Order: sequence, then structure tokens, then C-alpha cells
Amino acid sequence: MQLTLWTYEGPPHVGAMRIATAMEGVHYVLHAPQGDTYADLLFTMIERQQKRPPVTYTTFQARDLGGDTAELFKNAVRDAHARFQPQALLVGASCTAELIQDDPGGLARALGLPVPVVALELPSYQKKENWGAAETFYQVVRAFAGPSVPPPGTTRPERAPGARPRCNVLGPAALGFRHRDDVAEITRLLAQLGIDVNVVAPMGATPADIARLGDAEFNVVLYPEIAGQAAAWLARGFGQKATKCVPIGIGGTRDFIHEVAALAGVDPAPALAGAPSRMPWYTRSVDSNYLTGKRVFVFGDATHAVAAARVARDEMGFTVVGLGTFSREFAREVREAAKLYDVEPLISDDYLEIEARITEAQPELVLGTQMERHIAKRLGIACAVISAPVHVQDFPARYSPVMGWEGANVLFDAWVHPLMMGLEEHLIGMFREDAEFHGDAAPSHLGHAAFLRPEPEPVAAAGPLVWAPDAEKEVGKIPFFVRGKARRNTEKFALDRGLATITVETLYDAKAHYGR
Amino acid sequence: MSGAAALGCGDAPVLRERGQREVFCGLTGIIWLHRKIQDAFFLVVGSRTCAHLIQSAAGVMIFAEPRFATAIIDERDLAGMADANDELDRVVDQLLARRPEIRLLFLVGSCPSEVIKLDLSRAAERLSATHMPQVRVLNYSGSGIETTFTQGEDACLASLVPILPREAPGAGSSLLVVGALAEVVEDQLRRLLEGMGIADVRFMPPRSALALPPVGPNTRYLLAQPFLADTARALEARGAVRIPAPFPLGAEGTTAWLQAAASAFGVAPERFDDATRAPLGRARQALARHREQLAGKSIFFFPDSQLEIPLARFLQREMDMRLVEVGTPYLHRQHLAEELAMLPAGTALSEGQNVDRQLDRARAARPDLVVCGLGLANPLEAEGIGTKWSIELLFTPIQGYDQAADLAELFARPLNRRLRLRV
Repeated sequence: MQLTLWTYEGPPHVGAMRIATAMEGVHYVLHAPQGDTYADLLFTMIERQQKRPPVTYTTFQARDLGGDTAELFKNAVRDAHARFQPQALLVGASCTAELIQDDPGGLARALGLPVPVVALELPSYQKKENWGAAETFYQVVRAFAGPSVPPPGTTRPERAPGARPRCNVLGPAALGFRHRDDVAEITRLLAQLGIDVNVVAPMGATPADIARLGDAEFNVVLYPEIAGQAAAWLARGFGQKATKCVPIGIGGTRDFIHEVAALAGVDPAPALAGAPSRMPWYTRSVDSNYLTGKRVFVFGDATHAVAAARVARDEMGFTVVGLGTFSREFAREVREAAKLYDVEPLISDDYLEIEARITEAQPELVLGTQMERHIAKRLGIACAVISAPVHVQDFPARYSPVMGWEGANVLFDAWVHPLMMGLEEHLIGMFREDAEFHGDAAPSHLGHAAFLRPEPEPVAAAGPLVWAPDAEKEVGKIPFFVRGKARRNTEKFALDRGLATITVETLYDAKAHYGR
Repeated sequence: MSGAAALGCGDAPVLRERGQREVFCGLTGIIWLHRKIQDAFFLVVGSRTCAHLIQSAAGVMIFAEPRFATAIIDERDLAGMADANDELDRVVDQLLARRPEIRLLFLVGSCPSEVIKLDLSRAAERLSATHMPQVRVLNYSGSGIETTFTQGEDACLASLVPILPREAPGAGSSLLVVGALAEVVEDQLRRLLEGMGIADVRFMPPRSALALPPVGPNTRYLLAQPFLADTARALEARGAVRIPAPFPLGAEGTTAWLQAAASAFGVAPERFDDATRAPLGRARQALARHREQLAGKSIFFFPDSQLEIPLARFLQREMDMRLVEVGTPYLHRQHLAEELAMLPAGTALSEGQNVDRQLDRARAARPDLVVCGLGLANPLEAEGIGTKWSIELLFTPIQGYDQAADLAELFARPLNRRLRLRV
């Protein structure tokens, strides 16, 4: 048993939902109790998906446990197939259904439906969300691409003369950190290199698309946490090599271009020419001097954390004072990277431990997840989000990749924004007595800075207006950000009516009067 | 507002559905309960899914160190490699060492803890024996197999009833208002009740675990929320007597709710009128503005919070909205008798859910507004149907006279927004 306040990852069936929701033409039937449907809101609220996730839940209750939960599951599969007409079904159990051992895979296959059934075994009491996503993607790839695997010993046919090289782009899923825009950015980069994209998966792929993954010459693995396992299987089955470099930052993007060009046998020069990103110049501009040596603490999934640490040191001129990840599956990669920065790697999903380590490291900037954003807020440290777990703010309306040349621009802006600008730092040093530049001042371009300041004293009303003690107490219950307005309105209301004392009744009469 | 009984829905047929239920489980109640009882802590004994549910339903990770946590069961507990009870004791020790201000600890059962039959009531007794008098340990189930959304609050409050102090011998009649309300609402209701001479008014849950209200045969209780079946039963077992009333939503509902208390305590009609005249007047005045926007609009309730029937009554009678379907996860006919009597005859009521079939009905009816959970809201909006999230109704002060217009505004805002937008 583990005491947990906040979790970085959901259960593994949520990982499976991220694959099913990213794909087209599949439906996931999940044996799960009432209440597990909460997971729909991750997709419809956080990611603002316009469709419900393609998931049917059995939502069994206590009264069903004495009866036939297996029958309930079979009916749910039958109904889901009839209603949604998917090209393939995924079936599995959530944590509670795992305990009642109904064998969703066997039950679904026994129905003899005219579509393939992929049975997912995701051990909820051992594994977590990213593992569940990787395992689900792997099972899907094996199920649909498996039949086209050539006999062992077959060599890949040579590319036809004049044909363009083709690759798959693997890993982008639902609820991923900027996956939508990373795919667009990397597809553009590949096009510059003269490489066609055969299939992007799981995002937007149908089972039929998965079946033709083998047509590509190699795989671009954007998110190893999700696609690493599937790519390893594709390497064994189809002899497809996979990329290892993650194109985050200028250096990361350059390395990626070299790697991809070598895999495809093309010239990297056109894509490298001029490195069309403003980031290298912005970071060299004299204005960026104040960024030098800023202490940063980096925490996230392994891929984003390792990449962010490199960008932080080599491209922003920061000093990395901490590096860690919540994904134990990728602890080795993070440990290796930590050596480069001479920091102790932090491999943990214990929120309180991470908070303690950040506090101890005293960084000036935290590059983390939404969880570290809260830690940083509490400690009064600037923070930028670099990785899942995500929040509605991590799905911006604008094009906002973190990969490729444009991604480097986005990182520069996103990481500099929460910091106080250089000149402003000086002003605070110079004019400590100034009301605006006091020691607790937050960056002036951030609106919420005002929230850190104490509420101004109520303006003394003209004339003999008095707040009765109970009214004064009552107004204190109004949220602070509208309290001032409520106070002003009530006083105006009382003055207009010639009242001498503001009572609780006056307060509410005024509220009703002004309404909304 | 007279003649309502003749129009009522008391014996109306109800569409009962059994299929996929798109509802939260009772654990969700922790999100508001842990703010309400300020020295209580909620420890869910469950899975990673439980922990993920609470933090997702809470919307964002707002509080660095909230007064709830999950003891996540892992395979060692399941395989018997670790004794689950020893593990739980260890986790509770760890928690209490970290949070010495906790006075009341709820062990909250979940689907997995129920299925593996982990006996949390025995665990609570054992842990209470260890940690009393500093910390009292209680237990209840918030599991999805046992509870739907607001039933978690019911289970929590019911678990408090046995530890309420016995009312003093010879104590006069007291009034107990039951159901979590915003503090500002409690204060308003208390002022109104005191204004009509009902002096001994207590609220449950209390703001502090050290301020438990006494209960006994001279306690009359008034439900402030419609989902408290088990709590009511437990209070009655302690001798308390329920005052039947509709719920304090809207000007009419608030008046009827207060009137029920006034009648039970023998308040003279003039005194009642004096106490309620001013706030009732301003509530009506403030509501009039929203009626313009809401009148004639159609509304469809998906089952979620059990607030659906009182809300439908308010929106139909005071805002002149048209009720297409009123779904509720569970219909408690006795506690809702006064509400049902006020609904127009022939109102389509449904209990339980088959979410796909209900979505078919909603799409066919194309109501102006659908009240539903967070999983369904954006997909319906994308289909051009306006929505109101039901969870907001639990996090917003909506009861009483001075919140009546705020309640109406929650429904008017999505309609207003659609009128403004030109994109």
C-alpha cells in the first residue's frame, strides 16, 4: 500500500484509452464499475475533444456482482459493436474488474463478431498509464500488422529507382503533451528531406493503416514511452530501423535530421540549411544575458525531461540543478543524462519527495509538469510546463509544437515568459523602497502578480457611512477578487438611499439591485 | 403556486434504464467534503484509478497538500505478501505523523477494497482505539459499485451519526439542518430561522469535527440536500424526526423549506412573513431578470447528482422552462414527495441510465439546454446542444433566497453565451 496525494500517471487502462481515442475505427469495451467513466472527461474537458472517447463501460454495481457480470460484459460488447460498427474491438478490464476475473478477451472472442478483437491484459496493481499506452499500441500493431510480417530471413526489397523514401511516425496519442502540433512540425521537416510519411500512428490511424506499417522503410519514434515497444517489434518483424534522437531543441533537431537522413539515404543539408528558427539568435541577443546561469530544476516524463535539460544548458545558458522523472521504466535514460549535469537523478512519483527536492535545490525556474507548477507556485518560483500530465492549458489554440525548429522557438518563449525580465530585476535591486518594486514583487507582465499582494484597505466612504460588524464579516466571505467591487457597489447603494449603516441586509439588497 | 398537488408527478410512471451509467462514483464527494469539515481527512483505500478520479474530477491540482489522499493497494497486498491491515495501519501512522492537525479521519472504501472484502469498519475501530482521543477514525464507502456521486456525501454523513452526542435530558426542541451547504448559505439560513424565533439551529456536517451537533428525540431535522437517504435513516434510529419539505432551491423552494420548519416549530404566520418578506422580495426581483432569458426554453437532465428533480421544479415553476426529460440516478420517493407533487403532470422522469439511448433521446428532442456530467458536455456542445455541467451545482452556493438568482444565472449563462458568439 502506498500513500499518494497526487498521481503523475493514471491506471494502465487510461493509457489504453489514449490509444483507442487517438485512433479511428476502433472501439474499446472496458469491464469496469460505475464511476470509472470519469476517464471520459480527461479527453472531453482537458483535451477538448469534440467526440466522446470510443469507449463503452459495463458500469457494474454491487447487485451485479452476485449475478452474472460475464453476461453483462458480453451484452456490452454486442451492443457496442452494433451501435458503433468499429473495424476492430479492444477489450479489457479496469482495476476492479481485474479482481473478478471474467476474462474479457475470451468472452468477446466467443461472441464470434465479424471484426477482430484485441484483448488487453493490463495489470492495474503493478503498472501505470504510460505502460498501458505502450502495451496497447504494441498489441494493436501486432494484431493488425502481424499478418503481413514476412518469413524470417526475408530481406527488405530495394526502393524502386526514383521513389521517395517512406517512414512511419510513431507515438503521438490522445492526451499527449503537444503531440498534435509535433506531428505537423516533424511531417514538414521530413518533407523537406524528401521523405514521405507512410502512416502516423496511433493518432489518426485505422486498423487498416496499422496493417500497412510494414510498407515503410523505417520508423520515426517521437515518444519512446508510447511507441518504443511497438517499434522494437516492428524492427524484429519487418527489419525496420527506428530513430533514437528526439527532435526537441536546436541540437536535438539537428541530430534527428542527421539520423533520419542516414536512415533514408538522403542529404541532410537542405533541411539543416539556415536552421530556420529564431531561437539561436534570440538566445544570443544581448537581451538574453540575464538568463545566464539561472538555476533550473527539470522534471517530467523521461523523453521531455532529458531533452529539456539539454536545451536548458546548451541553448539557454541555464544551469541544471536537478533532473528527474516519474517514469521508472525510463530511469536508466535519466540516470545517464543526470551524469552530464553532475546532478543526482530523481526517479520518483512521490509528489512530496519531489517537492522536497525542488525546495532543497532552490532553483529560479522549474521546468516540470502541472504538478511541479503547483509546487513552484507554492514556493514562489517561476515555472514552465514541459511534459504530461497535462491540463487544459497544455492544449493551446495556437500552433505550439515543442519539436523541430518551431518547437525551439516555442520553448524559448515558454521558458522565458515566467521569468522576470532583466531590466526589471535591476529596478528591484535599485529601488527597493518603491511600492511597485518591493522584494515580493512578481514579474510585472504577469497579471496574476497582483494576487500575491495584500488586499488594499477599504476606501473610506464619504460621509457618515458605517459598516455594521456582521456586514463587515459577511463581505469577508466574498471571494477576494470580487470583494472590492461588492464593497464599492454596496456603499454606493447605501449612499444613494441615504443609509447611515450598512447591514447584512443592505449588502444583499445591493447584490440583488446590481445583479449581474 | 397553488393547486400544485393537482398537477403533481407523485405517482407518475418512471422510465427505468439499466445500461452504461455515465456518472461519478461516491468518492467524488470528497472534493467538497474535505473543504467543509476543516479538521477532517479523507483516506481512500483503493487503486490508482481512485486517486486519478479524484484529482481529475477536482479539475486541476489546486491544493499543494489537500486533506485527502489515497492508500493505493498494490499487488503485494493482493497476493497476500503483505497483510493489508498492517499496511493500512502503517499508512495511517505515516499520515497522522505528517498531519498532526487532523482530528477526524475517514477511511473511504472503494470498488477494489469492497471486492477484496477489506473490512474498513474493523480497521476504523482498531485505529480509533490506537489514536483516540487525538484522532477519531470512521469509515464509509464511496465505491462506484455501492454509490453514485452525491451518495458519497450521504454515506459520509451517515457514518457520523452514531458518534453525534446525545441531546441533553430535557432539552427543548432543536432543529438540525442536514447536508453540506456553503458557509455563506448556512449563515443566511441561520439568520432567517433565528429571525422567526427558532433559536437552536445546528448544521451537519459541522465545520469542525469537534463541534458535532447533538441528536435525540427532540431533534427535528430538515434535509438541505435531496440525496441523504442513509443519513436520514441513521438520524431516525437516534430518535430524530424529519420535517418533510421541498428543497431550498429558488424563492419558492426556500420559502416552502423555511415554512416547513416554521410550522414544525409553531412560528406565527405574521412572524414568518416578517422574517421572509424582504429576502423573498429581492429574490423574486433578481430572478425576474433571468426569467426573460429562460422562459420557454427546453431543458433535459441527465442523471448525476440527485438534485435533478428539485432543479427541474425550480426551473419549470419559477423560470417557466419546459422539461423534456428529468433523469435521476436514484429516485427517493419519500424525500422527494413534496418536489414531485410540484412537477407538472406528465413530466418525463427517468431513473438509472443507458447513456447511449439517453443521448439518442436528447438528440431527437434537441433541447435548448442539457444538464450533464463533464464527459458528455463538450461532445453535446459540438453537436450544437447547449449544456450545463452538473458538478458545478455542487460547488456553487445555490440554496436560499440570496442565491436563487445565482442558481438561475448558472442556467442562463450558457444560453446567453450562445447569443453573444458570432464565430
